[in-house]
Amino acid sequence: MEKTSRPSQLFRNMSAKIASIPMVLTALVIFVGCTVWSFIYSFTGSKLLPKKLFQWEEFAAIPIPTWIDKDGELNFSIVTGIVSKSWVGLKQYDRLWSNTRWITSLENLALYAGFALVFSLVVGFILAAFMDQKIRFENTFRTIFLYPYAMSAIVTGLVWQWILNPTFGIEKIVKGWGFTDFEFAPLQNPDLVMFGILFAGIWQGTGFIMALMLAGLRGIDEDIWKASRIDGIPMWKTYIRVVIPMMRPVFVTTLVLITAGILKVYDLVVAQTGGGPGLASQVPAMYVYTYLFGAQNLGQGLAASTMMLLSVLVILIPWTIIEFGGKEQR
Amino acid sequence: MTATDVNTGSVEPSGTKPKKIFSSRNIMLYGVLTVAAFYYLVPLYVMVMTSVKGMPEIRIGNIFSPPLEVTFQPWVKAWSEACTGLNCDGLQRGFWNSVWITVPSTLISILIASVNGYALANWKFKGANVFFTILIFGAFIPYQVMIYPIVIILREMGLYTKLAGLVMVHTIFGMPILTLLFRNYFISLPEELFKAARIDGAGFWGIFLKVMVPMSLPIFVVAMILQITGIWNDFLFGVIYTKPANYPMTVQLNNIVNSVQGIKEYNVNMAATMLTAIVPLVVYFVSGKLFVRGIAAGAVKG
Repeated sequence: MEKTSRPSQLFRNMSAKIASIPMVLTALVIFVGCTVWSFIYSFTGSKLLPKKLFQWEEFAAIPIPTWIDKDGELNFSIVTGIVSKSWVGLKQYDRLWSNTRWITSLENLALYAGFALVFSLVVGFILAAFMDQKIRFENTFRTIFLYPYAMSAIVTGLVWQWILNPTFGIEKIVKGWGFTDFEFAPLQNPDLVMFGILFAGIWQGTGFIMALMLAGLRGIDEDIWKASRIDGIPMWKTYIRVVIPMMRPVFVTTLVLITAGILKVYDLVVAQTGGGPGLASQVPAMYVYTYLFGAQNLGQGLAASTMMLLSVLVILIPWTIIEFGGKEQR
Repeated sequence: MTATDVNTGSVEPSGTKPKKIFSSRNIMLYGVLTVAAFYYLVPLYVMVMTSVKGMPEIRIGNIFSPPLEVTFQPWVKAWSEACTGLNCDGLQRGFWNSVWITVPSTLISILIASVNGYALANWKFKGANVFFTILIFGAFIPYQVMIYPIVIILREMGLYTKLAGLVMVHTIFGMPILTLLFRNYFISLPEELFKAARIDGAGFWGIFLKVMVPMSLPIFVVAMILQITGIWNDFLFGVIYTKPANYPMTVQLNNIVNSVQGIKEYNVNMAATMLTAIVPLVVYFVSGKLFVRGIAAGAVKG
């Protein structure tokens, strides 16, 4: 029995295995392979790309890594151009953490993430709670709250850039009302620029949070409302004491999703400020992009991206343990 | 109204019918929702209004005032004359690029993910779950970690800067969410159906095509909504994996609006922005509740 079943094991369920080839390749080559590649190369001093990034005809100079040489050296066989660089250990990370641009990026992201999390959770939940009151025109309201989510971050960024434009937008209107020394130019002010981006980010994202919260609220048993009404407990108290604790899984999932999304913030900043004024609205994703493709400093860009990965893991691992730790045995 | 109801103040649990339409509860409820709706609608309003004004009117008036004179010139200009760098053939190039990126990416990714989800749900083989777990975790890895090695892979395949390469990238990054979506849906279908088809002698593909697909049209629509909006709105992959001639609409839009050269024509910019937003907006308004289901499915793991 053993002997006959052994060879056929590999070919059993062949169609399913063939159907899974794309998944297996994506998982291994892209998600594992590319991540490991980036991690390893973040310890090198590779400077790679040709200078003029946007003359794409000359872009034939991307290195072909022949993997790690025997004596620990990285070799690139390059079509045109330069470089065979060796291990530099943690030097890229040293440089990263002593680069004010990176520090600014992190501070900006922390500021943005903090406010975006609080605002979108609070606003999203309140809107959902209001929507859950068996109101009329629920569909209309939902459509209005959610449509920004269908638009790209680029579109969102450009619209808000226009509304916040001091020459034509809100500042001009308020000035027109007679407040002639009113100033409102968040995107031009290094201290306020992240709040300008926040305006747009919240506008685009809260509808989605509202939809998730509403789905969570709809999952709450009607009897809970009846019980609390019979006991004469005010509604807001029921929300805070009973409903929100019951919705913990929804909140946790939403939190993870928003955070993972915020870490990737890039498009919105590109469209609204391009990282300016100066470097005032730089974010980590932009730092990575700049060093990978603009500054020809591969190792540095990869070190920054590894730090991004690390921060995602810091959020993701505890969440997985909390959410799926018990269920994994199935 | 009972005494307890009065005590609850402006908000009270659903269920009891308020006798007056203009109870304080309703005023607050609808008041807040209307104010919020206003905040959400203003940008769209401003976008549309600005795009049908002439430049002189924009300079004098304010962005919220309706146009005195409606002109569609900015839309025409945005579509066929707006410049990115030296190219002045307008946003239409980006539009068609986006179409040629979005259509194949959507179809291929759904094809692959649906078959894959089906295999995971009904034909599980040893080790399948390991790959699936990696795939789901992969969805959380910041793209920045993977973009550069993928440049190298695409270049080796001769697809770098080509639309086909970008289609591949979208297929890859759409896979985690779509596979999850399909797997969960197929698992929720009654197993007896699958078993009955098995007994009748249908194989892997037979069951998929004749039993599973016909029963799962809604989930295919959800997947399509998810992919069309997601891919159309993509910026990062477009800017990295294509060259200017192949730029998708979002990238071209950003280049037109944020270009430093020339006089800023805000009406043309807003028309261009509207043009880029139209496709996902149409998908959104047409699909209605399915859109919510799509994003919720993509977000909450079941």
